[in-house]
Amino acid sequence: MEKYSVYVPRLVTKRENFAPGHRACIGCGEALAVRLACKALGQNIIIANATGCMEIVSSPLPYTSWRVPWIHTLFENAAAVASGIEAGLKVMMKKGRIAQREIKVVAMAGDGGTSDIGLQALSGALERGHDFLYICFDNEAYMNTGIQRSSATPYGAATTTSPAGKVSIGQFSWKKNMPAIAAAHDIPYVATACPSYPFDLMAKVQKGMAIQGPAYVHILSPCPTGWRCAPNLSIKVGRLAVETGMFPLYEVENGKYKLSLDLPKLRPVADYMKLQGRFRHLSEGIIKEIQQRLGKEYARLKEKAS
Amino acid sequence: MVKRVGIEVSLAIGDAVKLANADVIAAYPITPQTHIVEHLAELVANGELDAQYIPVESEHSAMSACLGSSAVGARTFTATAGQGLELMHEVLYVASSMRLPMVMAVANRALSAPLSVWGDQSDVMAVRDTGWIQIFVENGQDAVDNTLCAFRIGEDPRVLLPVMVHLDGFYLSHMIEPVVFPEQSQVDKFLPPYKYPMPLHPDKPVTMGAFAPPIIYSEAKKAQVINLEASKGVILECWQEFGNIFGRHYSPVERYRSEDAKVLLLTLGGFSETAMTTIDKMRGEGKSVGLVRIRLWRPFPFAELRQAVKNAELLIVLDRAISFGGPGGPVCSEVRSALYNEAKKPKIIGFVGGLGGRDITPAGFETIINRGIEVSQKGSDREFEIFGVRE
Repeated sequence: MEKYSVYVPRLVTKRENFAPGHRACIGCGEALAVRLACKALGQNIIIANATGCMEIVSSPLPYTSWRVPWIHTLFENAAAVASGIEAGLKVMMKKGRIAQREIKVVAMAGDGGTSDIGLQALSGALERGHDFLYICFDNEAYMNTGIQRSSATPYGAATTTSPAGKVSIGQFSWKKNMPAIAAAHDIPYVATACPSYPFDLMAKVQKGMAIQGPAYVHILSPCPTGWRCAPNLSIKVGRLAVETGMFPLYEVENGKYKLSLDLPKLRPVADYMKLQGRFRHLSEGIIKEIQQRLGKEYARLKEKAS
Repeated sequence: MVKRVGIEVSLAIGDAVKLANADVIAAYPITPQTHIVEHLAELVANGELDAQYIPVESEHSAMSACLGSSAVGARTFTATAGQGLELMHEVLYVASSMRLPMVMAVANRALSAPLSVWGDQSDVMAVRDTGWIQIFVENGQDAVDNTLCAFRIGEDPRVLLPVMVHLDGFYLSHMIEPVVFPEQSQVDKFLPPYKYPMPLHPDKPVTMGAFAPPIIYSEAKKAQVINLEASKGVILECWQEFGNIFGRHYSPVERYRSEDAKVLLLTLGGFSETAMTTIDKMRGEGKSVGLVRIRLWRPFPFAELRQAVKNAELLIVLDRAISFGGPGGPVCSEVRSALYNEAKKPKIIGFVGGLGGRDITPAGFETIINRGIEVSQKGSDREFEIFGVRE
């Protein structure tokens, strides 16, 4: 978080590799995250994109928002497609079939494409050690199909398949800790980021790209449509997710945890929840339960980072 | 100097892939295909084949990795069987629809349940409509030759499609057969280095796999139909040239003593060679029987099939897969449909047999032919019969 200097924004490229004019919802935090990530990635890349919001908003034939080489095939296989691209480039450069140069392979997927249906392919690609960067754009549910719960949906959030009801609090399980699962593969670099902290996000994407071997960056991408909040609050909600400990920002470099933003004290989680309709139904008791668990988890993360 | 060697057919296919100088092999082990990719892993490990071998965690990822490597222009190979082919199912459509060439050997295997690692053609028939070019081979030499042809056909700039080479699980994949390998220099000439016209590369960014709204989806599909149908000309051209160079000739529909036969048997794949023995025996006894084998399964060889069977009175089709609750065998169903509007056509009787590794011996084929003749004369209340079931 050292990059707060007023000069920093001037150093960021004005070139948009993820072009404007795409069809994302108003206030989409994920489109912003992709845009920032693409600024950081530059042009010597090939992107393998999973099915999901970003694929749908950016590629209706015959249009495209991608100014870099980009391929979409299916929902659960972005990491596997990236494996093939990486291997193909490597061997063709070795055989002199294409010129030797640095081309980074980047896989992109949402939280469903990463922590649910694509987890096996991702685990395989991380374990095999391909030189690629995997970015998960996490908007905490299957938003493209209309706000269904995923394993990344936070506890208590109402979605269309985890609705709040007389006998239901909404999402019944705690958010799957995907960065920890990635880190458990002993890969050189894992980080969390949020477009509410744009320079931190871009720095992490660049770091993940520069590292040899697999890197994983998990980006919380506020979704006003699915989170039931005002579209002008995306940035604020993202900041609150970080400040309340709902989504702490950190890096895991060669197994070593480092907090990107060390919070002396977590903000009350209610500050975050009250802006979003998906948590509207929660009782004070449940909010207290969440608050307690967040405190414990943050303490555990701090201990890892100490 | 070319010489004839005895070699397990799976290993021979691996050696053919080495001769083709493949760039990427992404594969997952599954019986009875495993020996092919084991051999390739060994060739890569020993530095005999300069390729990337990706030992993926599933067949779904195997085919997905093949999409990626093909999209950057690498010569790509994989192999699978049975359940593995089914797990790849949705990815197969993507490979053909996005026109990403690659070659896949399929050691044909039955489908669960009950689990069976043994051979039949249930796996093939389930992926019949995935848009791949599909070729059946009958022996080891055929497998080697058509693995090489498959690369050449699929990578032809007029085609750009993935190709499946089907061989019988165990009955062919695990047999030791005599094979003449072409010289590397001959292969290099027949199969020059692959150049994909629109690879993913930062120098010329392309978007691949954009989605199609209703206004464009039908057009995309029609283009695919035209492309696959047009590939037949290139396939014929390839086999012609292969025959000229290597002296071994292949065609979409192959006949054996069928020209004047009143009764024809139709088969696909390795069982055809057993059936030939039966035809020889029955011909010796003065019976008017012959054999027709479909080699090119997709695109379907309508004209060649019609030509091959038009003078027969009876056509007995042997399927090694079942369309449950349907007309019986998928091959019989397609053959019947291909001939239905013909003015002059044989009567068609369908049998299903050789399921899950059950062998059909020369005597078995004789029983099938005789039973087919009987049914054609007396009629039957069934759409098809399953051969060789213990009651």
